[in-house]
Amino acid sequence: MLESLLAIGGLVLLRDSVEWEGRSLLKALVKKSALSGEQVHVLGCEVSEEEFREGFESDVNSRLIYHDLFRDPLNWSKTGEAHPGGPLGALRAMYRTDSCSITIAVDSLSWLLLHLPCTELCQTLHVLSHGNSYPGVNPPVGEVRVLGLLHEELHGQGPLGALSSLAQTEVTMDGKMGQASVHILYRRPQQRPAYQTQWFSILPDFNLDLQEGPVESQQQPSSHVPLVDPTTHLTFNLHLSKKEREAKDNLTLPFQFSSEKQQALLRPGPGQSSSHIFYEPDVYDDLDQEDPDEDLDI
Amino acid sequence: MCPRHPRHLPIFTHPGRSVSELGMFPELNNLLNTSPDRAEQGKLTLLCDSKTDGSFLVHHFLSFYLKANCKVCFVALLQSFSHYNTVGQKLGVNLTTARERGQLVILEGLKSSADIFFHPQEEPHPLRFLRETSAESLQPLYEFVREALKPVDSEDTTWRFPVLLVDDLSVLLSLGLGAVAVLDFAHYCRATVCSELQGNMVALVHDSEDAEDGENELLLNGLSHQSHLILQAEGLATGFCKDVHGQLKILWRKSTGRRDRSLIYQYKIQDKNVSFFAKGMSPAVL
Repeated sequence: MLESLLAIGGLVLLRDSVEWEGRSLLKALVKKSALSGEQVHVLGCEVSEEEFREGFESDVNSRLIYHDLFRDPLNWSKTGEAHPGGPLGALRAMYRTDSCSITIAVDSLSWLLLHLPCTELCQTLHVLSHGNSYPGVNPPVGEVRVLGLLHEELHGQGPLGALSSLAQTEVTMDGKMGQASVHILYRRPQQRPAYQTQWFSILPDFNLDLQEGPVESQQQPSSHVPLVDPTTHLTFNLHLSKKEREAKDNLTLPFQFSSEKQQALLRPGPGQSSSHIFYEPDVYDDLDQEDPDEDLDI
Repeated sequence: MCPRHPRHLPIFTHPGRSVSELGMFPELNNLLNTSPDRAEQGKLTLLCDSKTDGSFLVHHFLSFYLKANCKVCFVALLQSFSHYNTVGQKLGVNLTTARERGQLVILEGLKSSADIFFHPQEEPHPLRFLRETSAESLQPLYEFVREALKPVDSEDTTWRFPVLLVDDLSVLLSLGLGAVAVLDFAHYCRATVCSELQGNMVALVHDSEDAEDGENELLLNGLSHQSHLILQAEGLATGFCKDVHGQLKILWRKSTGRRDRSLIYQYKIQDKNVSFFAKGMSPAVL
């Protein structure tokens, strides 16, 4: 699974939550990148360098360059150690033109989003992950891959959507019954997006152990409730006999306009005397001999 | 002046002692699998309460770390010193003595916020943001904490490790600060107290589930991501009950690949103790 996540390049967005944390998967990806010979830069904002390097072997640690934004990110100690361009400047400085493929792990994008305008962060990430050039800077020779950890609950839909649209691969942490899983969305160029769900667990040395889903505990079959016929103990009869049913079906309803009724109305039946109307016209009456209903086609 | 002996308060771990001598809540220690003499270091513990009052957890940790012979910096924004002292005495610690010995440094929010308006201040005050029209950062408060907990070579007593206790962070939101400013303060405190000095930090945040409070949500979630241990006290979903005051959810978060572990217990707060039991197993019900 790790190979497929690292294969596409660009921005890999790791979305985690309080319940299912994503830093261990980030560290597993960092370890995989380092062991495949790449140089890995880590922009660490949320944990100390010791805590991030904990659990890595020495060959991984030697390829890991940690940019420390944890101890004094806002320059409160006024020692001047901070990078002159701030966190984004530090990110852009990793963008070297002479190096081979590099992997940049950002821990975390949430910290950057809370402290920097979303637009600036997105622009920097776009430049980094798409390998476009800054004015005056040649594009990099090798591939740049950015692994970004994002805490979902801390941001609104806007920034989440913006970062999501920048990502070539989006990994959402989830889980059930103590078992972690990821939902992966691959956006390969000129291909349809592909989804994958994988259950896994991360070993203490940050290798991945793929697993099947959790074994669902045998659910209790819902106790079979015998169906009760509600009409059994009524004091009135709701059933129809066959003859009653036929009579009911043959009955025409009083306000239903069928063709028989129409004919009966238009043609007076035999034996029916035509009715007479006796009318004494008033002074104000306008007697018009024309039949106003002449144009009706009945 | 009598010489101050560092081990003035013996640490009781023997069963059979009365609860008031043991201090803290021994049942909670059992649930957390810890005791004053073998407490872990470098950890951030987040306390949160929703629909109930979680201050019993604050009193527990205050007496726990005083009993563990740690130097405690207590940022007490919610109640007065005498309140904490009264409850502390029921739990077997004397805050006045601890303050005089130098073991406890307490910032009384209620008293010092009045000072900041009515008395002239020469040096920058930790709660200076109350006077500023656009309160941007809690750096003065962080400097206060750092000064209080930094190791001093001239002291003849050596404390085990420093502890920062904050009661509580949601009050800072109500006083006009943004959630990001409070998160930055917590970040700097964690970097100094937990990482650099290998001490512990305990903070209480209220969780108002019903209200549409985006800033509090951001603060709670942001701190949850940084915490190693989260204790969530919730009122019962069915309402107030005489025998079961609430439910405590304990979540251990490890960011090193080990699986998270969580437990749920119900509790009842008594005068000097809090008793815990599994869900539905309250002695009043059985």
